[in-house]
Amino acid sequence: MNFKLFIKILILLFVITIGLFGGSEFNSTQAFSDQIIQRGATGDDVIELQSRLQYNGYYHGKIDGVYGWSTYWSVRNFQKAFGLTEVDGLVGQKTKDMLIRATKYNRDFVYANLKKGNRFTHYGGVPWEIQSAPSQQTIEKAKKSAEAKRTEFESQYRAQGTGTPQQIGQDPTGGGQQGGGQASPGGQPQGEGQASPGGQPQGEGQASPGGQPQGEGQANPGTQPQGEGQTQPAPQQEPQQAPQEQQPAEEQSPPEGAQTQEEEQPDEGGGPTAVNMPGGFSENDIQLMSNAVYGEARGEPYIGQVAVAAVILNRLNSATFPNTISGIIFEPLAFTAVADGQIWLTPNEQARRAVLDAINGMDPSDGATYYFNPDTATSKWIWGRPQIKRIGKHIFCR
Amino acid sequence: MLRGILIAILTIGIIGTGYWGYKEHQEKNAVLIQAENNYQRAFHDLTYQIDLLHDKIGTTLAMNSRDSLSPALAEVWRVTSEAQNDVGQLPLTLLPFNKTEEFLSNIGDFSYRTAVRDLNGEPLSEEEYKTLQQLYGHAEEIQKELRKVQHLVIENNLRWMDVELALAAGQKQADNTIINGFETVEKNVQSYSEAEFGPSQTSKNNNKNGEFTNLEGEEIDKNKAQEIAKDFLNLKGNIEMSVAENGEGASNGFYSLTINDPDSKAEIYMDITKKGGYPIWVLQNREVTERKVSLNEASNNAIKFLKEHNFHTQELFESAQYDNIGVFNFVSSVNGVRVYPDSIKMKVALDDGQIIGFSAKDFLSAHKEREIPEAKISRDEARKKVNPNLEVMEDRLAIITNELGEEVLCYEFLGVINNDTYRLYINASNGHEEMVTKLKNAEPLYN
Repeated sequence: MNFKLFIKILILLFVITIGLFGGSEFNSTQAFSDQIIQRGATGDDVIELQSRLQYNGYYHGKIDGVYGWSTYWSVRNFQKAFGLTEVDGLVGQKTKDMLIRATKYNRDFVYANLKKGNRFTHYGGVPWEIQSAPSQQTIEKAKKSAEAKRTEFESQYRAQGTGTPQQIGQDPTGGGQQGGGQASPGGQPQGEGQASPGGQPQGEGQASPGGQPQGEGQANPGTQPQGEGQTQPAPQQEPQQAPQEQQPAEEQSPPEGAQTQEEEQPDEGGGPTAVNMPGGFSENDIQLMSNAVYGEARGEPYIGQVAVAAVILNRLNSATFPNTISGIIFEPLAFTAVADGQIWLTPNEQARRAVLDAINGMDPSDGATYYFNPDTATSKWIWGRPQIKRIGKHIFCR
Repeated sequence: MLRGILIAILTIGIIGTGYWGYKEHQEKNAVLIQAENNYQRAFHDLTYQIDLLHDKIGTTLAMNSRDSLSPALAEVWRVTSEAQNDVGQLPLTLLPFNKTEEFLSNIGDFSYRTAVRDLNGEPLSEEEYKTLQQLYGHAEEIQKELRKVQHLVIENNLRWMDVELALAAGQKQADNTIINGFETVEKNVQSYSEAEFGPSQTSKNNNKNGEFTNLEGEEIDKNKAQEIAKDFLNLKGNIEMSVAENGEGASNGFYSLTINDPDSKAEIYMDITKKGGYPIWVLQNREVTERKVSLNEASNNAIKFLKEHNFHTQELFESAQYDNIGVFNFVSSVNGVRVYPDSIKMKVALDDGQIIGFSAKDFLSAHKEREIPEAKISRDEARKKVNPNLEVMEDRLAIITNELGEEVLCYEFLGVINNDTYRLYINASNGHEEMVTKLKNAEPLYN
């Protein structure tokens, strides 16, 4: 009996130790949130995605937090190279796991640089210091080394063949860190060689996603989806001798410590340094249109503002008007707000939203190229235009 | 003594005011002259360009060699766009000058289309030659009229500022030479028949009006429109809504609904076609201040919504996040062929994943039962037509509207040169490169 108990305690200790080391790895890994990242997305997840893809030489664009086309191709190349079944550019849990295993992410470095507005890169195997505001040469060099590594990874991966990228994460040059790079391949028992020395300058040990055999012990309910494990440093945060029955419960609710830390960080500055822009328009075009809409229709209902913006766009497509946004807005006598200078009032957020809606295809004016206020319109000619509808004070016509 | 001082002060005051007033007056005049000069420059430039246009069309008529015809037509195209640019700088918005502008743009389109065409393979047809001759005649008329106006402007020192003031004030001075001159031009152009630019040109213009020509179904009344709206927006119970009919000038009959959404307290606006009762667009004015839903979830919501409303063929083609709003573009896909003209745009709020915008305008004006033609050339053959520098990442068959406004079956290639992504269309029946677009990269923030 005693012997059995002894064995049990041993097992328990073993499990807790694993949990601990595993946990410490989880903790130091800046993990993605659990959203599936899709093309067009913006935000912190995208910054991480781009950084990680750059780390192993897949992404050479700017790390700006907008999932654009070049990010999309990088993701697809990555998915293809690592044998993921769906090469679709959707970054779901599998892709994220693979990324986390194969790359590192120096969050502090990235955000510090984003905040400062530096040009920077996040290539693996290159000292961080020289990647902040690097010269073109340094970029080229870093790019080459990262790409060499990428080729190496891929050949390694292919050599192993079966989808267990064991050595992928190892990177002796990434800041003198050893041993933290051990990936835990799916379906392998875990625990050997996993110790990731905590508190390293670049602290990302390689995550070993939960839900693997490690989790089959008591530390992790076997049913947990993989991803949650990554943000759950529970075993480490709890006293070491935590009774095993409690652990599943704690696992269920993500511990606050790591979570809040994660959420707070973006507020310190940084964040995406770019925005999505509808094709053919620039941020400044949108600003100019917002000015015009605000000057022309600030007293109108929202839909009336969208309609005014839509009229500007309809004019853009019409043969009888200039072919640029500024040409249309500043055409003499076209807009009263331009004539009397109200266009230079500072537009509010709603005017901007109205412009974006119009650019994104909403046309409440139903194809109008003119509008006028019947109370103040002086031109007889404008009354002769075929009228489409009335919104607020404006009559829209063709 | 006191009086003396007072007089002195007043005198200085008056002189001062006088001097200030004189300065102001001078400055005002300077500004006015500058504005006037801008107008004058645009106007004289315009007459010059029309002159040039007339000459250039004339030279194309005399040309026989194909090699020189293409550049000459391109030159015509350039001159028309210059002239259009000048028109845009004159205060003609309130003057009926549309027909002339349209005419200029049509000349531009016509010359562009013929200039870019391979004239060795497909020479100028008899009809096109006739068109050119007619254009030459029309250009001459416009030129004559404008020359006359120009002469009067110079001779009588007419000012465009007066035109602007007259137009803005709405009083039509009967004897305003400039206005009259332009009205005469407009009247002349109106008499030119539209058909002379050939069939493809008119079809393009029709498309621009956005008429929904292929709608099926019965005419609906206001009550039915309200029912459709409730069903479409999944609203139940007694909903406050107002319905208005379209004005007479609309290209399509529709009802405009304003609906008070009891849940979000934000108004929903919606237009529904009279014929068949199809929603044209829906828009809800709601501020979305936080992001709880991922773009992917939002797109799934949008897809589900489309499925529920019988848009079974739509597939997601573009997605983008603007602050806390997801914007999605769907196109229909028939047997694996993407039909780009059939596009539907949707807007999803990322706080609760609700649909806050829907626009089927393009879909309604383009959608019809289509016979998808067979591709005459193979994928590999098409691939060979693509610039070898392009690293092709994706390809598929697609129907697009090309520059002439025709729907054509193409191979679509998505590929990369350096860090930029391009979309190319190779015509699947003759291998022509129909369209190449560089896809938009994210724009950096400048602050």
